Amino acid sequence: MSTDIVLEGHNLTRFFPAGSTRWLGRSTGHVQAVDDVSFQLRRGTTLGIVGESGCGKSTLARVMTRLLEADSGSLLLDGEDVTRIRGKSLRNLRRRVQIVFQDPYSSLNPRHSVGHIISTPMRLQGIEPAQGVKSRVQELMEIVGLNPEHFNRFPHEFSGGQRQRIGIARALALDPDIVVADEPVSALDVSIQAQILNLMRRLQSELGLSYVFIAHDLSVVRRISDDVAVMYLGKIVESGPAESLYAAPRHPYTKTLLSAVPVADPVRAKDHKRIILSGEVPSPIDPPSGCRFRTRCWKAQDVCASTEPPLDEIGSDRRLACHFPEEV
Amino acid sequence: MNSKETSSATTSEIVLSVQDLSVVFDTPDGAVRAVSNVSFDLRAGSTLGIVGESGSGKSVTASSIMRLNTATSAATTGQIFVGGIDLLALSEEDVRKVRGSQVAMVFQDPMSALNPYYTIGDQIAEAFLAHHPKASKSEARAVSLDMLTKVGIPNPSRRIDEFPHQLSGGMRQRIVIAIALVNNPRILIADEPTTALDVTVQAQILELMMELQRSEGMSIILITHDLGVVAETADDVLVMYGGRIVERTDVYSLFDHPAHPYSWGLLRSVLSLSESGENELFAISGTPPSMISPPSGCAFHPRCAFAASMGEKCSSDVPVLSPVAGTSSESACHLTDAIKIELSTSSAQGSV
Repeated sequence: MSTDIVLEGHNLTRFFPAGSTRWLGRSTGHVQAVDDVSFQLRRGTTLGIVGESGCGKSTLARVMTRLLEADSGSLLLDGEDVTRIRGKSLRNLRRRVQIVFQDPYSSLNPRHSVGHIISTPMRLQGIEPAQGVKSRVQELMEIVGLNPEHFNRFPHEFSGGQRQRIGIARALALDPDIVVADEPVSALDVSIQAQILNLMRRLQSELGLSYVFIAHDLSVVRRISDDVAVMYLGKIVESGPAESLYAAPRHPYTKTLLSAVPVADPVRAKDHKRIILSGEVPSPIDPPSGCRFRTRCWKAQDVCASTEPPLDEIGSDRRLACHFPEEV
Repeated sequence: MNSKETSSATTSEIVLSVQDLSVVFDTPDGAVRAVSNVSFDLRAGSTLGIVGESGSGKSVTASSIMRLNTATSAATTGQIFVGGIDLLALSEEDVRKVRGSQVAMVFQDPMSALNPYYTIGDQIAEAFLAHHPKASKSEARAVSLDMLTKVGIPNPSRRIDEFPHQLSGGMRQRIVIAIALVNNPRILIADEPTTALDVTVQAQILELMMELQRSEGMSIILITHDLGVVAETADDVLVMYGGRIVERTDVYSLFDHPAHPYSWGLLRSVLSLSESGENELFAISGTPPSMISPPSGCAFHPRCAFAASMGEKCSSDVPVLSPVAGTSSESACHLTDAIKIELSTSSAQGSV
């Protein structure tokens, strides 16, 4: 296993002001969207991040790409601290770290042609490709499986899956090392999801990309990821190599998530034992003390309320934050 | 999962029968044939899953049963029988008596299905009073409270006076279900009821729906794009593509031997939790058809791996839904039954 880490986060934290505003507009509460999150992305591999809505996975994506700045903690790109870089060095980071968004409708400007959209990153960075902008755009369109003749068309002339290909072509325009994809297939139909996942895998091996793949769909994440981190209310509760994590989840929340996925087989679905959680995800403005999952956990004891379980190494690259982990 | 056995054993009364339903929308870009010649029956106490991708006509089929497509924009033809009455022939006033009391609907997005200005108690009571005009307000409130308990809202006597924004997505969907069920409808149409919800909440809502089906003896039409949801809940399945039914079968047959190339492709592109990304994932090539200028012949033929072997037939003739020999499935496809059966066995190897 390679220890070549391309992107690394240490204790990253990002809060948003929330709650009622006091006099002079000072807010009294904070949404702890990302709280003390550490991760490592190995070069040429995919790190999947799963969690339900509100768990902070999209905020983490934006912190990773420096679209948002972390309140505390550090972000390292190739070992270099990029947490607070500005100006020219931030511009250089943009060449290396790109993002693909969830909604292929709202992430493309409807008034710009596809050629214009895909070439925008080059224009912004002042890059003049040797073969000329147009031919580079057409090359990119070909790479992502679009007809290069269509560079003059507008986003509305394309289907959802094709639009997501445009978004991917734009992300690849600057030859990045890392692509952070935030729910890239969740807005697409099942048959199209498979096309985009295959495309992303092919691009990864051809261009040597490293991916951070953020999704709520556990099967999609399993499919594309080498490593997986599970988030709950702003924290990573469990992480590890995809295969061992899915085969033997140790955190009760991971186990619940996996058991909640419907099984696409009516014969097996019959004796599929689901864990049905009681209650709701608590508010991230006022998260539970100690372990954040304890209010919904069937194993919770007093210690879970008083002491927050640290994310500890439990062997073979697995990490776990739980006082009473599941048996293997 | 007892419901599956009992419902397939009791051969069964038909509570809803759709005959030759077609819906055409007149748009500035031309006529859109959203639904073409759709026929199916819903058996009492059973769950019928309608599967398809966006634009396949599954939601328009559902809203036609509720008579929600207004006459000004849509031309609806065919017949929809509920209890011997053709809903499409009823006046708007008479339809209102059926809507909610015999057939009710749950929509995908619980936030936009609820009115943000009214308390949830008022919204449930409103649905109740629509069909019980003589009932008093306190009676309606008591019924609302009862419904909240039934759909598993904790602390219902406090929650009844809350507004939709004070509830989470899963809670809101429970409220929408409470509104749908307050008049004891025989038929519940659920259009992607869990698509907007997280997977743990989806599990809660599906469990609730199946439980209510058992206790109230409802029949359910469940519209979804998720084959996992179909496998866990449905008894019978319709697969729709390009506004038509391409396969009609029971849930076991669909997953065991799909009888249409599109169903076969869908099943093969389902991702499973146990599968890693070593090998290339099966993907149906191409994109879903434009409904303004749909492909000639079979709407699936431009994406079908087998159409080429059939010569011109697939691009010129629309295939009719007909039984596949040796199975209990019906399929709308020009391939011979022998090829369809061969195809389904290869899919059994390919998937799961």
